[in-house]
Amino acid sequence: MGKYITRRVLQMIPLMIGISLIIFLIIQAAPGGPEGMMLQSGLTIDPAVIEAYRHRLGVDQPIYIQYFRWFSAALSGDLGISYTSTRPVWVMILERLPATLELMAVSFLLAAVIAIPMGIYSALHQYSPFDFTATFFSFLGIAMPVFWFGLILQLVFSVKLGWLPVAGTGTVGSESLSDHIKHLILPSIVLSLHYIAGWSRYMRSSMLGVIRADYIRTAYAKGMVERMVVLNHAVKNALIPVITIMALHMAALFSGAVITETIFAWPGIGRLFIQSMNSRDYPVLMGILMMGSFMVVIFNLFADIVYGWLDPRISYQ
Amino acid sequence: MAVAGRLGEIKIPLEKTRFVSQRRLVWENFKRHKIAVIAAILFVIMTVACYAAPLIAPYEFDEINLSAIRQPPSPEHWMGTDDLGRDLFTRILYGGRISITIGIMAALIGTSLGAFMGALSGFYGGHVDNGLMRFTDIAYSIPTLPLLIVLSSFSNAAVPIIVLIIGFLSWMPTARVVRGSALSLKQKEFVESARMIGALDRTIIWKHIMPNIAGPIIVGTTLAVGSAIIIESSLSFLGLGVQPPTPTWGNMLMDAQSTMASKPWLTIFPGLAILFIVLEVNFIGDGLHDALDPTLRNR
Repeated sequence: MGKYITRRVLQMIPLMIGISLIIFLIIQAAPGGPEGMMLQSGLTIDPAVIEAYRHRLGVDQPIYIQYFRWFSAALSGDLGISYTSTRPVWVMILERLPATLELMAVSFLLAAVIAIPMGIYSALHQYSPFDFTATFFSFLGIAMPVFWFGLILQLVFSVKLGWLPVAGTGTVGSESLSDHIKHLILPSIVLSLHYIAGWSRYMRSSMLGVIRADYIRTAYAKGMVERMVVLNHAVKNALIPVITIMALHMAALFSGAVITETIFAWPGIGRLFIQSMNSRDYPVLMGILMMGSFMVVIFNLFADIVYGWLDPRISYQ
Repeated sequence: MAVAGRLGEIKIPLEKTRFVSQRRLVWENFKRHKIAVIAAILFVIMTVACYAAPLIAPYEFDEINLSAIRQPPSPEHWMGTDDLGRDLFTRILYGGRISITIGIMAALIGTSLGAFMGALSGFYGGHVDNGLMRFTDIAYSIPTLPLLIVLSSFSNAAVPIIVLIIGFLSWMPTARVVRGSALSLKQKEFVESARMIGALDRTIIWKHIMPNIAGPIIVGTTLAVGSAIIIESSLSFLGLGVQPPTPTWGNMLMDAQSTMASKPWLTIFPGLAILFIVLEVNFIGDGLHDALDPTLRNR
């Protein structure tokens, strides 16, 4: 196990180098350099000023030198300086990270708490009215465009009913914990929708596979109570593949957060990303893409380790 | 028909055995999935209606009528009108042409690319496999939506460009599935025999391996149409997809966002159009999945 983890961690190094190279090349292909915003302002700027500006940022160097510089700096946590705010990128990301992590964590928990019992109940009562309703809503949830769902929730619960705030993280002037939670409800429902729909399907089919297994029949034959069989034998085993998928999806929540944060004006990484894109702030974009990819790589490793830990049949050579 | 054997005669009732083609079998299985059939019919109706928009739309898609602006749904304007008095139903039909085309084209590009890379990787193995799969790992690790956002912000957001961007960023799942199947299929006897009679690699891949992975590829393509439609509408909603005046369901929603409270119909109908088409495509995919999987047959 220890050897396996070491090998996987070592494999992450070439993977991250590959990822950084692709991200760097894509951003290099962007039209207009850092002086783009200066030129867009419509003022006439002395070409020497632009040249000095480019030199100061190091973008007058050949591409491979730029990449090497950027990557070696990124290794020590330095992701460069933002073009627009002239502040270090990692500081800007770190400022926004708590809001995004909060939204992701709440959505993740919400999805797990709803999806898992829903899947278990559906499987135990296969083809019951509950199962059909759950299946129908899962299909609906998977097909739902997330941003539109957000708009409809805003329309119903904020505009028409006035129960919940439209956007933001708190009411200015009357911040409190309950106020903050009220602001969190709609964004986390929107972000968790896809995962509630997906995970409940996985849980249902995983559970259906397990309850027909011989060891379940054995447990019943021993005279165990139904509740004990379901909880101790069936659910425990059925959860293994579902937990792996949930770990893999943790990183995917990040992509969803970009849209959710935009709709609900949630001051996290997603909004920073859209703002930086509109102002062509390439160091910030690269920093966020690198951070997002790093999260994916880490969570994939985490999913593999959790899988091996939960399922002793998996052996690592 | 009678077959003589050690245990005596075994009678096989010949007249009761039906010999049907593979395609027929799949079709008959698909027909049993009632919801998928209904979804397929609705999908055809919606798609035909959108493509025939110039024939059936009650108005021109850019017909401005300042005497009928911001009207709620009525008999003259089934889905109401927007800020310029344009008929929303007409715009949804025209928008659907673009959205559905992007969905289908992007899904075809993505899955063909994935199938191609997966087949190469699984069939040749070794360095080819190693290289392609490490590349797949890299592509998988970069968060897709932010990458799509960056790429489409670089381009001029014309329809073909959006199709290419979405297609080129959705090949990875297909590549992995096809690679896995190709790896196990290439060791089967029929591939071995094809090789023995001197078939070219190209022939083996096309004639012997691909038909055996067609099921998951077809299902994957179907589901990819739905996700491509959602991706396109998300990009358009962020103002990065196809630009107005060309209507798509996504950019109609972007326009509607600011006036959502006073004119909710402008938000509700384009979103419902997306939801319905994706729901239909997913149900069709579900039906095809059951119909094409031989292990699920004759339940």
